[in-house]
Amino acid sequence: MYTQLVEAPEGGIGEARSAEQAIFDDKIDRSITIEPSDWMPDAYRKTLLRQISQHAHSEIVGMLPEGNWISRAPSLERKLILMAKVQDEAGHGLYLYSAAETLGTPRDEMTEALLSGRAKYSSIFNYPTLTWADVGTIGWLVDGAAIINQIPLTRCSYGPYARALVRVCKEESFHQRQGFDIVSTLAHGSPEQHAMAQDALNRWWWPSVMMFGPPDSESQHNETSMRWKIKLFSNDDLRQKFVDQTVPQAEALGLTIPDPDLRYDESTGHYAFGTPDWQEFYDVVKGNGPCNRDRLRARREAYDDGAWVRDAALAHAEKRAARATSDAA
Amino acid sequence: MSVPPDIEVDAALFEFALRLGDSALVLGQRISAWTGHAPVVEEDLALTNVALDLVGQARLWLTLAGDVEGAGRDEDRLAYYRDASEYRNVLLVERPNGNFADTIVRQFLFDTWHFYLLQRLGSSNDERVAGIAQKSVREVAYHVRRSGDWVVRLGDGTDLSRTRVQAALDELWPYTGELFAPDDIDRAVAGRGIGCDLAALREPWLRHVDGILADATLARPKDGWMHSGGKSGRHTEQLGYLLAEMQSVRRSIPGDRW
Repeated sequence: MYTQLVEAPEGGIGEARSAEQAIFDDKIDRSITIEPSDWMPDAYRKTLLRQISQHAHSEIVGMLPEGNWISRAPSLERKLILMAKVQDEAGHGLYLYSAAETLGTPRDEMTEALLSGRAKYSSIFNYPTLTWADVGTIGWLVDGAAIINQIPLTRCSYGPYARALVRVCKEESFHQRQGFDIVSTLAHGSPEQHAMAQDALNRWWWPSVMMFGPPDSESQHNETSMRWKIKLFSNDDLRQKFVDQTVPQAEALGLTIPDPDLRYDESTGHYAFGTPDWQEFYDVVKGNGPCNRDRLRARREAYDDGAWVRDAALAHAEKRAARATSDAA
Repeated sequence: MSVPPDIEVDAALFEFALRLGDSALVLGQRISAWTGHAPVVEEDLALTNVALDLVGQARLWLTLAGDVEGAGRDEDRLAYYRDASEYRNVLLVERPNGNFADTIVRQFLFDTWHFYLLQRLGSSNDERVAGIAQKSVREVAYHVRRSGDWVVRLGDGTDLSRTRVQAALDELWPYTGELFAPDDIDRAVAGRGIGCDLAALREPWLRHVDGILADATLARPKDGWMHSGGKSGRHTEQLGYLLAEMQSVRRSIPGDRW
């Protein structure tokens, strides 16, 4: 799904320019992708590794809130679609880990960083899924926000990440349509179904708006990432695009966005909207959201409970290899 | 094989389709609980794939059951509005997920049976049954290979994995008898060339199971007393919980469309 890069990029642009640096800068300027075997500044490598691994972790942790509802999906068709969606997220996690591995860090190390709490993942997954309508709303809003954020990144400067995102975006766009379809069915359904859809929108709206990260005025490090073309639009620009895209959809559904300050501004052609509770945002990033501990605990349990299975698979592979060697001898 | 004269063909086919659909649905529901919690991400993908196949197959069988019954019940009406006593799945599939070895052994014993059954139903003289079986058997051929591979890895892995997979096998073996014990419904569909002789599936099933157990260095449990009852609606305690959860949203909130 999506991750806002919360921490600042490593280092800066002030390093002395070597010949290698000049080639790198030239490629960036001419929008030629940087590939794993190319020279790159350490700070670029570290920033990308953090961004891609955060994104991968977000996909893996993101399986949990929606996975909750696989068992209770209200029709067999919805159950299949939801399983396929959560499965796609596992797949996204895998290709993103592979993209990150091209920067020289093995997946086990990234997993360890997630499980120890050192690595971040998107805060949106620290909110609970309380009703079936949340499954639709996540598809509609959270995947919608992810697409807005990620489509530009398919043109980002690092080749493996850009290419992974092409596939991720295609699948996210399918997820978003499925989510919208669930919300639409509920919004046009019985009064109880409609109320459930409105309740989900009330809870997910502001966290979704905050998915694009802190306001530009507070993210002074955007500039480096922008110069490196691993970030192509500012947080506030992407957020505005999300609001502009989503408000008419909510109107079409007959649902009310929970923002009394929301209004269309004729002079700008954009929707003006209220200020999110940024204190809540920073609280959740720091580990104090409704589900932070539950999410990490679930991942740790899966990892710890699965250790004997991974050990067995390795032991078996070693035995087979040993037998093949002795047969050949 | 004699055809019990007192069972109408449609009534028998309805029950038979429910048995296949319910077994696929209940097992799909069980293994989908691993999604997001598997030992490695690759297994999240693989287990979910199998769950997707099984729930997909369940939809086909339940739709057929509804059509044959002719009372206007579609797949969801049948899946979400029947209680445990109306479910017709074999008991094996409703056993809890337990640890990964329990899940894999349950899957392996079922997949192997499922494969040979669907293979025979592919030449059913009811085109609808044959069609579903032919489509499903291609998916199940992969399930059998996958679960068998895992039985071998766990059996011939570490001491701990071997202990766990042997314990799972010992625990689940008494649920395999039901798979091969035909009742009047099975005889009615088999006698008309719609179904097949379930007892005759045991020989190929056992041959495949024995081969895998040998590779896995596991001991086949002795055949003794066997559980039964699932096919006629007498289930274990676990099915009620599974259905209560699965049906909760659909039953608790008014709505025609979801």
